[in-house]
Amino acid sequence: MPEVHELVKNLADKYGRKRENLLHILQGIVEQERYLSDVALTEVARELDLSAAQVYGTATFYSFLDTEPRGKYVIRICRTITCDMKGKNQIIQAIEDSLKIKLGETTQNKKFTLLETNCMGWCHEGPAMLINDQAYTNLTVEKAIEIIEDYGSK
Amino acid sequence: MTYNKLKRIDLIFQEDSECPKVLEKTFGKSNDKIINDILESGLKGRGGAGFPTGLKWKFASEESADERFVICNADEGEPGTFKDREILFRVPNKVFSGMAVCAKVIGAKKGYIYLRGEYRFLLPQLQKALDVFHREIKDLLDFEIFIQMGSGAYICGEESALFESMEGKRGEPRNKPPYPTVAGFKDKPTVINNVETLVYAYMICKHGPMGFRELGTSDSRGSKVFSLSGDTPIPGIYELELGMSLNHFVEEFGDGDTKAVQVGGAAGFCVPRKMFNDTIIGFEGVPTGGSMKVFNSSRSMYNVLHNYLEFFEEESCGQCTPCRVGCQQLIKGIEAVKKGEQKASYLDQLMKLSETMKMASKCGLGQSVANSFSSIVENFREEMIY
Repeated sequence: MPEVHELVKNLADKYGRKRENLLHILQGIVEQERYLSDVALTEVARELDLSAAQVYGTATFYSFLDTEPRGKYVIRICRTITCDMKGKNQIIQAIEDSLKIKLGETTQNKKFTLLETNCMGWCHEGPAMLINDQAYTNLTVEKAIEIIEDYGSK
Repeated sequence: MTYNKLKRIDLIFQEDSECPKVLEKTFGKSNDKIINDILESGLKGRGGAGFPTGLKWKFASEESADERFVICNADEGEPGTFKDREILFRVPNKVFSGMAVCAKVIGAKKGYIYLRGEYRFLLPQLQKALDVFHREIKDLLDFEIFIQMGSGAYICGEESALFESMEGKRGEPRNKPPYPTVAGFKDKPTVINNVETLVYAYMICKHGPMGFRELGTSDSRGSKVFSLSGDTPIPGIYELELGMSLNHFVEEFGDGDTKAVQVGGAAGFCVPRKMFNDTIIGFEGVPTGGSMKVFNSSRSMYNVLHNYLEFFEEESCGQCTPCRVGCQQLIKGIEAVKKGEQKASYLDQLMKLSETMKMASKCGLGQSVANSFSSIVENFREEMIY
């Protein structure tokens, strides 16, 4: 995987090779690849002179640092109480039907992954979701599907 | 019982183009004078814990060290809280200015904003505002602010977990003491303040301590930004004078059928209708980092509690047993009672468990699970059973 090797090296050049730079580098990889592969993690460990266990242990602590393959667009639906009260289950159901995947799964074309996440700070405009970094609020079933379809045609 | 009437305030979100001028004037004062002004204002931390801000600054300034840091805690993760995002979106220069005053007082050359990963979309505009700010203060103070992103871990809002995360590690809370003002980020004296606290600190420097002190009550000076959600016709962000009764709050913001208000998020307290009149919102009553969730009579409090417990179970860092195992057992326990697999009296055993978690957990997460657990189970016991 020469690209991953290159990516890790570039990020280490950019942020530094100390332990305190580890999260920056892991975040940088996720931004590009959407997840941290075993190859990427061991590459980071080698580049920063840490043990693979230290890198893996740190990565798996954080819910946004995925260690399983994810789609190009990661959809995270807020599951905390207000979004729950405002109907997040209907939104999930509609997206599941539209993308033909279940919660936690990735579409075959590797375009979408559907996940739940804890409170993301949009309780006054729930239900809410993130697609990668972008937040979408005041969702209805129709609005959610429209947004997903927009991403699908990108 | 004395309380203030509900009063809307407009301080935090006022746009301010005079930050550099105010900073120049403030930097002309001695550090002692600035600390005294903050102390005199009565400002307490707005993240929820309520430690006097002036004391934090004073303690950090008195430590001998070759390096010190000021950190803005923007890891706003408490369910129902979203005010810091709005503050950073609308008046970031006031947040930076608060950090700069703190840096001057404690002698920090570097500051950090730890921004939760869910708010990453704010990053480009925040960085732009920061670049402008750096240009504006370059002749005033040797101080630079960096933004560090979180990656979706609620526990990193706990200050010592936040330091661990900034050091590139798992966000596991440390033992205290030492406190951050003695050994924080990189084990150096560190002041860590909530976003809102820093803005108030700046505004106290601008307007003097008295204007702030005149608002609120003797235990809860000033105003506070509230994040309102749930069963309300007008959800959103409101700056209000501290010390109002929950009754006044519900009259203003409820939908006429309010059964309970969760004050302070999942880590806070659930107040039932019968106690609205006797509950003051402030440090002498029910404190809050700003989260106010309103529930009307159509809501199942069992579902509310179950949702909170799921949240805690997932966000527990797993480091200490009372919190890690306690959260799992509380969920299993209320599910068993609901299904009739356990007697109703089993709830009392679960209450004892939550008390144990309060005493034995290492950090605020495990310690505060009992707040919502006991206040919901005590007040809505029949909803837990039937």
